[in-house]
Amino acid sequence: MSPSRRTVLKGALGSLASIIFPQIPSAQERPFEPPIQKRIPSSGELIPCVGLGTWITFNVGEDAELRNECAAVMEAFFAAGGRVIDSSPMYGSSQSVVGYGLEKLGEHSGVFSADKVWISSADEGPAQIEQSRRYWQVQRFDLLQVHNLVAWESHLNTLFEMKAAGRLGYVGITTSEGRRHDLFERVMRTYPLDFIQITYNIVDRKVESRILPLAEDRGIAVIANRPFQRKALIRRLEGKPLPEWADEIEAGSWAQFILKYIVSHPAITVAIPATTRADHVRENLAAASIPLPDPAMRRRMAEYVQRL
Amino acid sequence: MMSEWRTYSLEDFLLFSPRTYWRLFELHNAEFWPLQIAVFILGVTMLALALRPGQWSGRTVFLILAVMWAWVGWSFLWHRYATINWAIIYVVPIFFVEAFLLIVGGKGRDPGPDRSFPRIAGFLLVLYALFLHPLIAPSSGRPVEAMEIFGMAPDPTAIATLGIILMHASSARVTWLLLPIPLVWCLLSGFTLLALNAWESWLPFGAAGIALTAQIRPRTIRHKV
Repeated sequence: MSPSRRTVLKGALGSLASIIFPQIPSAQERPFEPPIQKRIPSSGELIPCVGLGTWITFNVGEDAELRNECAAVMEAFFAAGGRVIDSSPMYGSSQSVVGYGLEKLGEHSGVFSADKVWISSADEGPAQIEQSRRYWQVQRFDLLQVHNLVAWESHLNTLFEMKAAGRLGYVGITTSEGRRHDLFERVMRTYPLDFIQITYNIVDRKVESRILPLAEDRGIAVIANRPFQRKALIRRLEGKPLPEWADEIEAGSWAQFILKYIVSHPAITVAIPATTRADHVRENLAAASIPLPDPAMRRRMAEYVQRL
Repeated sequence: MMSEWRTYSLEDFLLFSPRTYWRLFELHNAEFWPLQIAVFILGVTMLALALRPGQWSGRTVFLILAVMWAWVGWSFLWHRYATINWAIIYVVPIFFVEAFLLIVGGKGRDPGPDRSFPRIAGFLLVLYALFLHPLIAPSSGRPVEAMEIFGMAPDPTAIATLGIILMHASSARVTWLLLPIPLVWCLLSGFTLLALNAWESWLPFGAAGIALTAQIRPRTIRHKV
């Protein structure tokens, strides 16, 4: 569809304004702009490149006040254009809290539901998956991953069967903190995976050498967990100034600086920061915007953080 | 596999935030108020009976403790804490085992004055668990409603149990029968609080250390003599 005259005029005026007023508003100050979407290689489906993790933050049990706070985080997440929410049976009550939020917000159709199977008994995998689905209150999961490769062979068989029967969108495996990478690589080479989930951020870059290139080669989407090292990275950088050149990529905070680094890697499909605050969700989603750093800038960013 | 375990830190086993954890006590107290008053009176009665051992008080003291362990295991661990920490499901039966041991194995000492180190240390631990431990929450900036009270929350219940055993157990055999479970709970709780970066972690660790030292030290001295 060709752009309308109004759109062309609006674009031209925008360009003129940027020449006259070179001061670029930060990503947070700009009006709503949908987050950058990345393609899932196995299907071509597009998903926003910043999602929402639920480890620790959504495990609030039956605490009504905290459950409503989580629902408010989800509301801000969807309002900012987010879709991918990731959870696991290992995360205590997180799954049921996600389900509560989806029900409260009526967002069952908007979410890209990513969950895991995590049980050492292969026979109990299907029952756990069904229990997880009930917690989420969704018709089916978009993505199911074998958590930390626990009983991975049997669970992968279950997941591929579910996918073939149309009861699941995508199949994946996860690891964290660089554990079991040899086995992880072997599974990546052997099975037709749609997704992998690994730990990746501006200081945890072990996956850059082998796992991420392999994912690109094999056409596997990548979820980056622990982008802020469970807040430890943000705490480490707090109080230290962002470099002046962070303006070039419109990173207004350390969180945005780190997220832009992560999602600018060509192999990374989505990063999943976890938070309990709606303003942080908006800040995270705002990082999923142009401009993203190029390879030279990425090197500069990593070196800068390493020196701090 | 061993090398993989070395890559885990204490925080890797933490499933919830400090705020979620501390709010458990607030919600628990709100649900059962004013039961706390009755439980506190039972705690003071238990201490009084342990100070003046009599014919019938020996069993009564341990019976009160047994009821507290079963109650805390069922109401707090099973119905509240397990909602954010699935591993606690495996701890609940251990609380019932301790309740059982307190009923069948809890024998009080004979009447008469005893000012030995274990008895004094035990008395101080019970005093702390009943009167000082509840003040930790408000003094750390948490609401008064979040107080951890003996007979309602596991830590002060376990610490008071350590104290009562030291004060009141009739023999070393009874002591060593009843001591391990509260000791293990204090260690578990201490590590949890340590993972939460809470300074309060030293309280259950300290109580366990005092109880162990009080129980082992007199024997060591005797052995050296």
